[in-house]
Amino acid sequence: MTMPATAAQGDVMIEMRKVDKFYGDFQVLRNIDLTVSRGERIVICGPSGSGKSTLIRCLNQLEEHQAGEIVIDGTMVHANLRGIEDIRREIGMVFQSFNLFGHLTVLENCTLAPMKVRGIGRAEAEATARTILERVHIPEQALKYPVQLSGGQQQRVAIARSLCMNPKIMLFDEPTSALDPEMVGEVLDVMVELAESGMTMIVVTHEMGFARKVADRVIFMDAGEIVEVAPPEQFFTAPRNERTKKFLGQILHAQQS
Amino acid sequence: MRELGPNEILFILAAVRWTLLLSVVAFIGGAIGGALVALARTSEFKWLRLLANGYIKLFQGTPLLMQLFLAFFVPGLFGWSVDPWMAAAIGLSLHASAFLGEIWRGAIEVVPRGQWEAATSLGLRYGPKMALVIVPQAVRIAIPPTIGFLVQLIKGTSLASIIGFVELTRAAQVINNATFRPFTIFALVAVVYYVICRPLSAYSKRMEQKLLVAAR
Repeated sequence: MTMPATAAQGDVMIEMRKVDKFYGDFQVLRNIDLTVSRGERIVICGPSGSGKSTLIRCLNQLEEHQAGEIVIDGTMVHANLRGIEDIRREIGMVFQSFNLFGHLTVLENCTLAPMKVRGIGRAEAEATARTILERVHIPEQALKYPVQLSGGQQQRVAIARSLCMNPKIMLFDEPTSALDPEMVGEVLDVMVELAESGMTMIVVTHEMGFARKVADRVIFMDAGEIVEVAPPEQFFTAPRNERTKKFLGQILHAQQS
Repeated sequence: MRELGPNEILFILAAVRWTLLLSVVAFIGGAIGGALVALARTSEFKWLRLLANGYIKLFQGTPLLMQLFLAFFVPGLFGWSVDPWMAAAIGLSLHASAFLGEIWRGAIEVVPRGQWEAATSLGLRYGPKMALVIVPQAVRIAIPPTIGFLVQLIKGTSLASIIGFVELTRAAQVINNATFRPFTIFALVAVVYYVICRPLSAYSKRMEQKLLVAAR
């Protein structure tokens, strides 16, 4: 079955074409080609230093790429693009270290950008924020400051803060890596619920259970390259590339023990 | 020769208001200049960073006294006359701009990179990002060293006496020239500076302790 070209284009949310990135002489991304459809959920894994964080940080141009093209929802992005902020506000990002604004309450963290970037009034922004805090299961923490919360709660606030901007895409950069083990579950649960709501998501994580459960495709990166892309079933049971096999062997072993 | 009487003492003490006024004016001027210098130093534009850095190096690398002399004499070369008050206010403001700029640059840079990245990824532009996310967190860090510098600045106003501005130190010199009681007079002046500066230093120290506790 062939789909009309226009409809297919409308369904492409993210497109990376032959993207290269360097830190000085060191190449961190090599010839990255990746197309993500609207509503698709991608998990990226790979050894540390393989470029997976860098890849998603290029999407909202926290990092510049030096070659190739990145197109977000029909707009080609680069760091000097006028109005790059207009692209960024459509892309939520959740960081390993939460990065909540420490001088603001949970509620203020969630309303700052909607009010200042989208120009939404305080009452409406707060109402939205409270709804979304409910969605991440911490409505009762709205008036606390980030330091008063556990890591798992902080990360859920960070997710809520991004969702308050009503983004089209959510990027997660190892969202559970800095958490104590008993808090990983509560954050993953929120992410699973988000995935079920149809959000376009790219998640850098080593949580293989999460990948199995929600990913449409799993990407394995090594040394700045995309080595393997496959649906989770195939990725975990029948990886084709030797490097993928070796990595999976290590990480599954580590997660079982 | 005049006797050192109550009138003379009062004359000296009354000059404290000029020391305080000059300190306040220089601090306000320095705060405005310092904010610009700090923003320039942390700018993404290299030429701005270099420019601000050059300014800081220049003023940190030369004596305040020379800066005051230049502020007093250089405008004259262009035919503008400045009175000692203007020259002192301008010279000290430029001086304070460099030091406060450097202190505040440090405070801005101590705010973790993640805070910038989170604000950037939410689509905040430079203005709101600085005003609502970075600066409020930098301010807390900056308060103790800023007050520390204010103490330096207050003591630095005594150098304005050399270009003829009659503040506390200059008033004391004038009275000393007439009465020749240097020990009494300058001891009194030292006590006055101490009374002004000591509470500020103590406050700065307390804030620092509080920040240390908060950081734990």
